[in-house]
Amino acid sequence: MSTKKTLFDKVWDSHVVKHVEDGPDVLFIDRHLVHEVTSPVAFLGIKNRKSGVLFPNKTFATADHNTPTINQHLPVTDPLSANQLKALEENAKEHGISHWGLGHEKNGIVHVVGPEYGITQPGATIVCGDSHTSTHGAFGAIAFGIGTSEVEMVLSTQCIMQPKPKKMRINIEGDLNFGVTPKDVALYIISKLTTSGATGYFVEYAGDVFENMTMEGRMTVCNLSIEMGARGGMIAPDEKTFEYVKGREFTPTGAAWDKAMAYWKTLKTDEGATFDKELTFSAADIEPMITYGTNPGMGMGISKSIPNAEDLEGGVATYKKSLGYMDFNEGEDMIGKPIDFVFIGSCTNGRIEDFRAFTSIVKGRKKADHVTAWLVPGSHKVEAAIKEEGLLDILTEAGFELREPGCSACLAMNDDKVPAGKLAVSTSNRNFEGRQGPGSRTLLASPLVAAAAAVTGKVTDPRELMKELA
Amino acid sequence: MAYDKFEILNSTAVPLPIENVDTDQIIPARFLKATERKGFGDNLFRDWRYNGDDTPKSDFVLNNPTYSGKILVGGKNFGSGSSREHAAWAVYDYGFRCVISSFFADIFKGNCLNIGVLPVQVSPEFSAKIFAEIEADPKTEISVNLPEQTVTIVKTGEKESFEINGYKKQNMLNGFDDIDYLNNIKSDITEFAKELPL
Repeated sequence: MSTKKTLFDKVWDSHVVKHVEDGPDVLFIDRHLVHEVTSPVAFLGIKNRKSGVLFPNKTFATADHNTPTINQHLPVTDPLSANQLKALEENAKEHGISHWGLGHEKNGIVHVVGPEYGITQPGATIVCGDSHTSTHGAFGAIAFGIGTSEVEMVLSTQCIMQPKPKKMRINIEGDLNFGVTPKDVALYIISKLTTSGATGYFVEYAGDVFENMTMEGRMTVCNLSIEMGARGGMIAPDEKTFEYVKGREFTPTGAAWDKAMAYWKTLKTDEGATFDKELTFSAADIEPMITYGTNPGMGMGISKSIPNAEDLEGGVATYKKSLGYMDFNEGEDMIGKPIDFVFIGSCTNGRIEDFRAFTSIVKGRKKADHVTAWLVPGSHKVEAAIKEEGLLDILTEAGFELREPGCSACLAMNDDKVPAGKLAVSTSNRNFEGRQGPGSRTLLASPLVAAAAAVTGKVTDPRELMKELA
Repeated sequence: MAYDKFEILNSTAVPLPIENVDTDQIIPARFLKATERKGFGDNLFRDWRYNGDDTPKSDFVLNNPTYSGKILVGGKNFGSGSSREHAAWAVYDYGFRCVISSFFADIFKGNCLNIGVLPVQVSPEFSAKIFAEIEADPKTEISVNLPEQTVTIVKTGEKESFEINGYKKQNMLNGFDDIDYLNNIKSDITEFAKELPL
């Protein structure tokens, strides 16, 4: 047996409390993030079992899925949403858990605020009752989504029981083309692997493209790992990671920082360590991406046309059902399709860098009259940066309004719903049927593609608009 | 929440031969606002099952009285998407105790096992056979035998074995869950916490 370990092995193995024979590992969890939707039944569970929260200082709660994105200072009008928000507040208070509820200065999407405040750290195990917890893998953490039963396990015992996943490495070498963003890289990989291509695996992203990527970009890529079926994805921490983490509220300081750094620097895959599967792509092959169907794997370069069913390997009926829902035809171009809504935000693309990208295209242009645009920052911190950096002035000049933080139209639990039949270009993570509101139709894309659509009112290659800027 | 024991289930089955059935179809996000685990079955496959005005869509299988049973047979990559356990709750609450598919999404499968719904993964060929038998005769009975880890099309006797790890199998047979297990080793966990690298 080789002693060479992957990054994933190092972090996983150091957190195994015990291995259950012919069963899962008992995995210790360093950080538990909690939001209002997937936690109330878990808190009810510990109440029924008369068990407490074992390590309340390892759990952090924020409200995001259900929250309105306008008038957050007013009472929440939907009684069911208000009830969930209240339940979270009361549960957090009862068990001594940090709670950044609606209106709190640190409030925001759970996967945006975790990194912002240094809760997310290299080498940590992080879980949350949300599949996009994979985001935190950008820091070299093992981070993944869990169900409510597991939320209860972590609350009461700080552990979950999971079989160790298989390991996959995805390498992308070379430099990204003009106009290609981390979102495009992720959508490209998913289009190659399909939505189930990485099921059963935990992915490590490696190679030039990820090394050169900003922390925000790495978060976008790791965020979307779940969309190819992977439990999570991770990237080895480097100087960029340490620089990002340093000096944040929950980051260690002084001697603890030195100790942490010494450990974090060991967190990389050993030369010669093996993966169960290894894939390599070339950066040169990736162009700005857009989806045309009802799962994130149904994506393609924006200049291409929708594939013909006869070119697929099986699944023809499902494919046709999907295109039928979208009201698209095989062989059609996406460029030029009129759109109705634009959404920039979510744990995928709701960070400051995403708003910078969006603003770079709308600057000096006007929002198309018929387009409804929802610009939703991932957190109050992102919102503040948008204002401080002068982006808000540019956005306002171009006819856009900025909303308040939350998950918003990504899953449309609040009032931010795309009406039935309407077509939205969205920087979020899922284009499932009805995801953005019953009957809504979603095109997933990068902030650049979203911006190009917002100002032209149709699907537009952002590179056309960027030429003038270059 | 410990759940009902699962040993042998003989039942007709409801076929849903669609691939990549995602958790937003199983239970749309707007129905996740409860603070108790109640009533999720009413909204199982809500938008495939009902029109916008809440009238049933007659062409959806759950609205077709020809098909019924405690087993749901889904297409490949069943349960992809979100980690919401509400999807598994909805399946359970509607009355299903077993989902058969040729491929499951990871988190959904784990959630099912945690709440007492048995996910049975069969080969694509056997899955196709089950769909064909149900299409030919909606009263086709399927037998899922957990102790033997087999699934059988009763009429033809065609049988396939399925995998489940020994620990989870015992849990399902006895109606135990992971929380029971973890609560019993709490002292080991607190000791372990002291030895972590950071």
